[in-house]
Amino acid sequence: MIGGGLIYAIAGAILFALGLYGLVVHAHLVRKLIAFNITGSGVFLVLVGLPQRMAGTPPDRVSEALVLTGIVVAVSATAFGLALVRRLYELTGKTRLPNDPRPEP
Amino acid sequence: MSGEWVDILLAAILVWIARRAETTADLFTAVVLFIAFGLLMTLAWVRLNAPDIALAETAIGTGLTGALLLDAVAHVTGKRRRRFERRRPS
Amino acid sequence: MSKGHLLIRVIAAMLASALGIGLIAAIFALPRPMVGLAALVEAHLEESGVRHPVTAVLLNYRGYDTFLEIAVLLLAVLGIMAFRPVGPSSLHRARIDSGPVLAALIRLIIPLIVLAAGYLLWAGAHRPGGAFQAAAVLGGGGVLLRLTGAIPSFRSPNPWLRIGLLLGFGVFLVVAALPLSEGLRLLEYRAARAGVAILVVESALTLSIAAILVTLFIGAAPSRMRSAPSPAAARPEDNSAGQP
Repeated sequence: MIGGGLIYAIAGAILFALGLYGLVVHAHLVRKLIAFNITGSGVFLVLVGLPQRMAGTPPDRVSEALVLTGIVVAVSATAFGLALVRRLYELTGKTRLPNDPRPEP
Repeated sequence: MSGEWVDILLAAILVWIARRAETTADLFTAVVLFIAFGLLMTLAWVRLNAPDIALAETAIGTGLTGALLLDAVAHVTGKRRRRFERRRPS
Repeated sequence: MSKGHLLIRVIAAMLASALGIGLIAAIFALPRPMVGLAALVEAHLEESGVRHPVTAVLLNYRGYDTFLEIAVLLLAVLGIMAFRPVGPSSLHRARIDSGPVLAALIRLIIPLIVLAAGYLLWAGAHRPGGAFQAAAVLGGGGVLLRLTGAIPSFRSPNPWLRIGLLLGFGVFLVVAALPLSEGLRLLEYRAARAGVAILVVESALTLSIAAILVTLFIGAAPSRMRSAPSPAAARPEDNSAGQP
């Protein structure tokens, strides 16, 4: 019997793919960071949804602890990344990488 | 049986909002949609029987990340006009 | 959009969908009888020192992961504080004026936030809660204070902030290394002392992580400088008395 976790695990896989696409395709660095966060959220959904993919299984506490750690680390990585973006903006006036060949909007 | 429809609906809305957040043209709108995505993630965590993660996700994953992103967006867009006149010679 | 950029988008879309489909296939291909750790977690819950399984996993069974996580947080904060912003000062507003409604609101909310954080910290031992949730709430309060200008941005952090940032890691290190002096391994608490050890570590972690989160939010902004010097003149003035 299908448990509730399977639906979220599949959604997490789709979010992972969406975020990965956004990370590669966007030129704006802040958008890349947003996509990175979406990827992270997808991974967390898979981690927590997978143990509950069959009905009747109890939630897995170790996965939940891993995801808690992951959320905090993702926030610190995002904060650091945003500080880098702001610094790059202050130094060059742009919010994309210096050797990015894509045209400015 | 109704529990599964809630899950399917919530998962579909999550994916839809994430896609909108990525493809929208305005950066500020993208950040706001990302914050909405985070709040829906909190609902998903509650549905997955993980209230600890729900608490942490709301405050850190959505609240703090949203605040950081908004601050950064304000920095890189609001100051742009002034900055271009005074950019340091490199 | 030129052809090269379209190609990048197509390749990225194919790569992302391949990974997504592969992940979904892996989810369905997992074997039916699952061997989970839930039984082990429940079996040893009595001697872990707390009654809530997630807290037990975070601070006892996988305490090493939490220890490394606080180290990563500390590294991120150090990295952010290492950016010393230069440039014309007219960029930055040292105090943010956000109006009377927010100022009145925080007078009501900040005590409630402190109370809620304290409750979450204590409740983590037997129900959902714990150090991270309490620190998140406290951090949110700190960000609110920052948004109304009650906490100004800093050029270099004052000693109390430094102590606060390092307290969590330091206390965790001491508590983790204490069993080594008795011949046990790292983080191997004795069953009788585990509850006290976890409480001490969680309290220090709450304060420290809250301070780190607020510093992550503040530290990215340029600090206050004198108004509108020329770029060449700004540089020697930046290295004045604020240097740590």
